Amino acid sequence: MADDPRKPEDATPHDGDDPGPVAPAAPAAAAASTPPGEVAVPGAAAAPASPRPPVAPKPAAPPPAKPAGAVAARPPAAPKPAAEHPPKAAPPSGPAEPPPPADVPVPAFIARLQAAKPGAVTLVSYFVGDWTIVVPVDRLHEVAQHLRDAPEAAFDFCSDVTATDWPPRAAERFDVVYCLYSTTHRQRIRVKTRAGETTPVRSVTDLWPAANWLEREVFDMFGVNFTGHPDRRRILMPDDWQGHPQRKDYPLEGPGELLLENPQEWLKLKQTRDEADLE
Amino acid sequence: MDAPALRHGAMFDTNELELNMGPQHPSTHGVLRVVLRLDGEKVVDADVVIGYLHRGIEKLSENRNYTQIVLLTDRMDYVAAATNNVGYCETVEKLMAIEVPRRARYVRTIVCELQRIASHCLWVGTHAMDIGAMTVFLYAFRERELILDLFEELCGARLTYNSQRIGGLPLDIPPGWDRKVLAFVEVMTGKVEEYEALLTENRIWLERTKGVGVIEGPEAIALGLSGPPLRGSGVPRDIRKDEPYAAYDEMQFEVPLGKAGDTYDRYVVRMEEFRQSLRIIRQAAEGIPEGPVVGKVPRLIKPPAGETYHAIESPKGELGYFVVSDGKSTNPYRFRVRPPSFCNLQALRRLCRGHLVADVVALIGSLDVVLGEVDR
Repeated sequence: MADDPRKPEDATPHDGDDPGPVAPAAPAAAAASTPPGEVAVPGAAAAPASPRPPVAPKPAAPPPAKPAGAVAARPPAAPKPAAEHPPKAAPPSGPAEPPPPADVPVPAFIARLQAAKPGAVTLVSYFVGDWTIVVPVDRLHEVAQHLRDAPEAAFDFCSDVTATDWPPRAAERFDVVYCLYSTTHRQRIRVKTRAGETTPVRSVTDLWPAANWLEREVFDMFGVNFTGHPDRRRILMPDDWQGHPQRKDYPLEGPGELLLENPQEWLKLKQTRDEADLE
Repeated sequence: MDAPALRHGAMFDTNELELNMGPQHPSTHGVLRVVLRLDGEKVVDADVVIGYLHRGIEKLSENRNYTQIVLLTDRMDYVAAATNNVGYCETVEKLMAIEVPRRARYVRTIVCELQRIASHCLWVGTHAMDIGAMTVFLYAFRERELILDLFEELCGARLTYNSQRIGGLPLDIPPGWDRKVLAFVEVMTGKVEEYEALLTENRIWLERTKGVGVIEGPEAIALGLSGPPLRGSGVPRDIRKDEPYAAYDEMQFEVPLGKAGDTYDRYVVRMEEFRQSLRIIRQAAEGIPEGPVVGKVPRLIKPPAGETYHAIESPKGELGYFVVSDGKSTNPYRFRVRPPSFCNLQALRRLCRGHLVADVVALIGSLDVVLGEVDR
């Protein structure tokens, strides 16, 4: 909030201070010239776009296009102000999922997964050394099972399960993120799936018991509807808590100390506010 | 027809007993509550209840800018606060592709290892006290004090250090600090022997820890254990070796492993880690290069749109940060911590089944959880 007024002049020192070496990881030519066709997924270009149209009210950033500008060695400064000004209050509608640049080969286990489960990987993304795949929510479990059991993948360690909330996407506002690690091949991958508030997401606790508490936390904090979970209770918040605190639309402030010190005063204040809302 | 046979037993209540341990209990190391279902003295099942220390650090962080978050990370694992700082700063550096100068990376290595020793000191003291050996606690806290003094000189604080900045260090190390670190290494080397003399061969200690809470390697991996509890089961996984960060790729050290996967082996692994940490500190403090301590950092920390997960080896295990930037704001869009204590504590239910109530205390100690990190 406090930095909003500063925004226009922020752009200048930022551009001036970090000339070249800031983004060595992203070769300019590759990222700029890459339509997702490279990824060797036939449906990759079309698929990420298709779930989005009904939602995305903001033209802020269609993910496949934005990262190319942001990550590449930023050719002219021209697109920047254009992107900065209009979406002032607009919440972002999705994560940046840049496609892998041409000189970074896709790991063998992703290629094998695509061959074994056609259509199960809708997007392959690469950013600062991390590989991410996006899978449809109904195929999540079989992809997870493949990643755990296939010898070249062998992701036997479920390092983290979390979620990200993108409210503008309404029907599938959550990205449920699984960070997997292989203790034999020492490699990592992030598996993402998109889910709405009621979409059933099949739990992976049967594959990795480690996911038990992690999924409970995601359920507690976001309200993702995990199915087949052996013990789906809240974990950090009290059992009778209303709402899911990590959602972006969850209020940041509660009644505060006034409620404890002077409940009647608080009630009066609340009523006047509610009346104002009604009018 | 079996009524007469039951008659004798009916005098005693043979039902399972539910016993609440914590949240206010000295051996639960904070505010951990374990609901035990007991059959006599045997634990049939245990429900671990957490969340009493939940402060919403993830939500708070999403409404602070990147620089302000460093100080929030102190409040998670507060016995190894500087390790949290390092992990967080490296995640943002990875997101922004900032190169950290070698001198800063060396100091970070020293800081991380000093924290590992401080954390293990606290662990060995409280763990031994839970089991009944009071002396170790006093010994270990004596040495932890020396580390706190070193940190006080480095950054002015003794518990929550705020000791790192995105891109490097806030200040260069004070003159002569590296020599004091080396002097501490000399002192500490002998002290580890003292702890071991009190415990390693101690008959009571062996009785209480050998064969308690055995977990095999593959099961430990599936349960998501990391750090010393995983290495105690013989799994050679250490992020300092596998995915080196700071200056660990330039350090010579070994990863101690256990065999049996019981409480004793987890103890042995941590005791050996004391020595390896001292070895790393000595190398880093002797080889600390000259040069700047901050890399090229833009005045306004605003990473490009994207997301990343970065993990480091904290004293408790894999400490991971998942940060999502929308590229437009100076706050992270999503800030997530993968707390090692949280994931290790999950195994408590599995570990304490079939053991005695007194062993539950030993097992909580051997997992080495910090509730500030479990609940965040």
